[in-house]
Amino acid sequence: MGSEVETNEEMKKEVVVVFDVEAASALVKELRGNFASGKTRSYEWRVSQLKSVLKMLDDHETEIVSALRDDLSKPELETIIYEIAMIKNSCKSALKQLKHWMAPEKAKTSMMTFPSSAEIVSEPLGVVLIISAWNYPILLSLDPVIGAIVAGNAVVLKPSELAPATSSLLAKVVGDYLDSSSIRVVEGAASETSALLEQKWDKIFFTGGGRVARIVMAAAAKHLTPVTLELGGKCSVVVDSDINLQVATRRIIAGKWCANNGQACVSPDYIITTKSYAPKLVDSLKQELENFFGENPLESKDLSRIVSSNHFTRLTKLLDDDKVSGKIVYGGGRDQTHLRIAPTLLLDVPQDSLIMNEEIFGPLLPIITVDKVEDSFAIINSGAKPLAAYLFTNNKKLRERFVMTVSAGGLVVNDTTVHLAEHSLPFGGVGESGMGGYHGKFSFDAFSHKKAVLYRSFAGDAPLRYPPYNRGKINLLKALMGGSLLGIIRALLGLSKA
Amino acid sequence: MQTMEQSLNELRSSFASGRTRSVAWRKQQLRAVLKLIHDHEDEIFNALHQDLGKHPVEAYRDEIGVIEKSASLSLSSLETWMAPKKGKLPLLFYPAKGEVLPEPLGVVLIFTAWNFPISLGLDPVVGAISAGNAVILKPSELAPACSSFLARTIPLYLDPETIKVINGGPDVCERLLQLKFDKIFFTGSQRVGRIVMQAAAKHLTPVTLELGGKCPTILDTFTNAHDMKIAIKRIVGGKWGPCCGQVCLGIDYVLVEEKSASTLIKLLKEFIQIFYGENPKHSDSISRIVNKDHFERLRNLLRDPRVADSIVHGGSIDEGKLYMEPTILLDPPLDAQIMTEEIFGPLLPIITLKKIKESIEFINSRPKPLAIYAFTNDEAFRKQIISETSSGSVVFNDVLVQFLCDVLPFGGVGQSGIGRYHGKYSFDTFSHEKAVMQRSFFPELEARNPPWNDFKLQFIKLAFKFDYFGLLLLLLGMKRVGKVL
Repeated sequence: MGSEVETNEEMKKEVVVVFDVEAASALVKELRGNFASGKTRSYEWRVSQLKSVLKMLDDHETEIVSALRDDLSKPELETIIYEIAMIKNSCKSALKQLKHWMAPEKAKTSMMTFPSSAEIVSEPLGVVLIISAWNYPILLSLDPVIGAIVAGNAVVLKPSELAPATSSLLAKVVGDYLDSSSIRVVEGAASETSALLEQKWDKIFFTGGGRVARIVMAAAAKHLTPVTLELGGKCSVVVDSDINLQVATRRIIAGKWCANNGQACVSPDYIITTKSYAPKLVDSLKQELENFFGENPLESKDLSRIVSSNHFTRLTKLLDDDKVSGKIVYGGGRDQTHLRIAPTLLLDVPQDSLIMNEEIFGPLLPIITVDKVEDSFAIINSGAKPLAAYLFTNNKKLRERFVMTVSAGGLVVNDTTVHLAEHSLPFGGVGESGMGGYHGKFSFDAFSHKKAVLYRSFAGDAPLRYPPYNRGKINLLKALMGGSLLGIIRALLGLSKA
Repeated sequence: MQTMEQSLNELRSSFASGRTRSVAWRKQQLRAVLKLIHDHEDEIFNALHQDLGKHPVEAYRDEIGVIEKSASLSLSSLETWMAPKKGKLPLLFYPAKGEVLPEPLGVVLIFTAWNFPISLGLDPVVGAISAGNAVILKPSELAPACSSFLARTIPLYLDPETIKVINGGPDVCERLLQLKFDKIFFTGSQRVGRIVMQAAAKHLTPVTLELGGKCPTILDTFTNAHDMKIAIKRIVGGKWGPCCGQVCLGIDYVLVEEKSASTLIKLLKEFIQIFYGENPKHSDSISRIVNKDHFERLRNLLRDPRVADSIVHGGSIDEGKLYMEPTILLDPPLDAQIMTEEIFGPLLPIITLKKIKESIEFINSRPKPLAIYAFTNDEAFRKQIISETSSGSVVFNDVLVQFLCDVLPFGGVGQSGIGRYHGKYSFDTFSHEKAVMQRSFFPELEARNPPWNDFKLQFIKLAFKFDYFGLLLLLLGMKRVGKVL
């Protein structure tokens, strides 16, 4: 296998067109010129690009499904739901609401600036860079691109090199369908990314891990470029005992293994439940996993594979940790040749094990037990803030405490990951799980500058604004700021004590 | 004396105790801010006079009044701001409830600037408190009377275990930036803004950067003499009124048509005289330059002989008093420092254009400013300015008043900053918008789960189109489950 990789590398070296700092700078310059022409600002341009995205997805559904099969063995249905349908949905809802989003927002002005009127105008930021991830290589590329388009920006998309089939498909179809004077794809790995990061952008939107996010933000700081960072974290699932166990189990499985085999930033990372309930939960999970993926899950076509041998090694290392290897209660099977790892349950792993101290991002699901379910919130809050936290319960009090005390990008009660599909909710992290949100109108806002516009007339020019200053002006100002009508009249009549 | 780390640990544990989250705590702190500025009004006047030579009217208008207004607004709006916002969920998720719940970020660090040392310090603090955070405030060492006032009084009025003031110079800033905060709010220069953001990147800390830039003022040619007069009066009030031009939002230069330049200069001189008398040096209504360094920086801008030649009014200085006269320059060279860096002082270049419409191109060929001011009654030109230029804010027929308008977001874009505050926006700046979705266990859609088949695929496609009729037909077995691929 080693020699095969080498020949591949050599072949690549021959065909690779160098994309260096100079090329990146030329690209940005070209896009800046086109942005300055104002064409991306028009409603018509935005609509035409959204429609092209829809057409592109319709025309190339088969190729997308097969690219994702190549990159991740992603089941067709997962691709259709989470990659294609989600993007279509984003386009359609944006098409419906774009006029409304673009309209200036009226703001009520106060007595201080009377007479005046004010509005907040959304304007495009300029030329933006979107760096995408390999696990949902279509969704995490095109969804932010849609945000950038609806807000009227020029865009460079850098898809992940770890999903090479999808990356090259994106480069091809985006070039064919979208306006190449303002929307471009740059393929490549670390060196291309650093060439891009050296440029001055008006916004950088990054999806990926915390380590690279720090590099991205530090690079952005040099140019004072705002960033949106969509990261991950250990998303916990708290399971109470008074629940419909079968439904809960299925929803956990749907969020964990039916979403790219756990390689998703919102995947359940670990479960917290009570000591007494854990056996029941484990049984139910085993049962349903078998219903879904059969007796030999390594053969199931309904599970994605692990993206790369690096990640395969990383995950097996987590399993082979001495503190953890004896805790497997289900699964554990692996097939290195096909980069497959079976859905695996681990019970009562110690908190100081490797698996509990990094984001798992794969098909392993540790279960931690506590005496009382209430104790689980402290465990969640003692770690870094996750992108999502989930709770299954019918207890109203517990639900309220969860919502008030657990800090995470998003919370879902009695389900997992579904908030991702919900356009009226912002999707994004907090603390270590990221900064900035998107989806729906939030995507539009993420790529817009909210410009404050104030209109004044020449009437109503109060002398108190101007020097020379005196005590009477202070009194009038105080009355005005305090909004006390009587005070204003007194001050105007000179009745306030100077 | 606590070390910086001890202070931060204390703040972290009081934040973790949850007390800053209650409405009662937030309101109590906001009332304490109001009481602080009321009890110490004269002391604040004195401190501002000492640091900057600010007149009490200016001090009230731009500092105390601003805080009075923003703390009162927060007090009366807090509950509305804190309430979760409902999101509309599609039928597919029925029965479910979605909402956006604002929650405090944690422990936040606020760096303030020296030009409005009270309001630029306390205004973000009001936002941080309203959103339920613990705070470290680092006032500017360049306004020493004000920063020591804040360090002395804040612990007496505000909860000392959750709100702390740390004073010091660049070394203290550097050490603070090594620590992990949940938000950094910075007001100041672009150079330091970059350093702050770079430090924040190490801990993935979100930042709000309130910077400056060269804010242009476009002055159209008016047929109506009254309007022209008011416009120029407002320009003089906005340029030299607040802190003698040492304002991030201040007018940096004026763009005017060649034919109107002489009227502009004549009226500018007139109003300067009305406002500050024959010799503004003796007026107590104008602030001084903050310190020797800045005085030197400004004097250097004038040292370029090409620039010195363009002075048409003023230009006199008194180094001992750090006084610099309101100075007008006509068409200084565009490549001179005075036209390439933010002036931040009492010098006002006038740049003449053949046609006022050229101002759009002029502005667009420079970094995005914090504000654009435009005096014009031409509706079409206004529209053009809004849609073709980019800046933090645009104000028509006035200057600086957007600062007082708390329904408008205040903040920059591009080189003039990241993020915004004031009013509700201050609350948002210091909050995380947490998405919360609640579902029941009923009903469970089988189509979500594997093993996958064509029926499920069809179901999901219809569901995503929100084609409820199609879904119904499919469920009733009346729609063909065609081969999808």
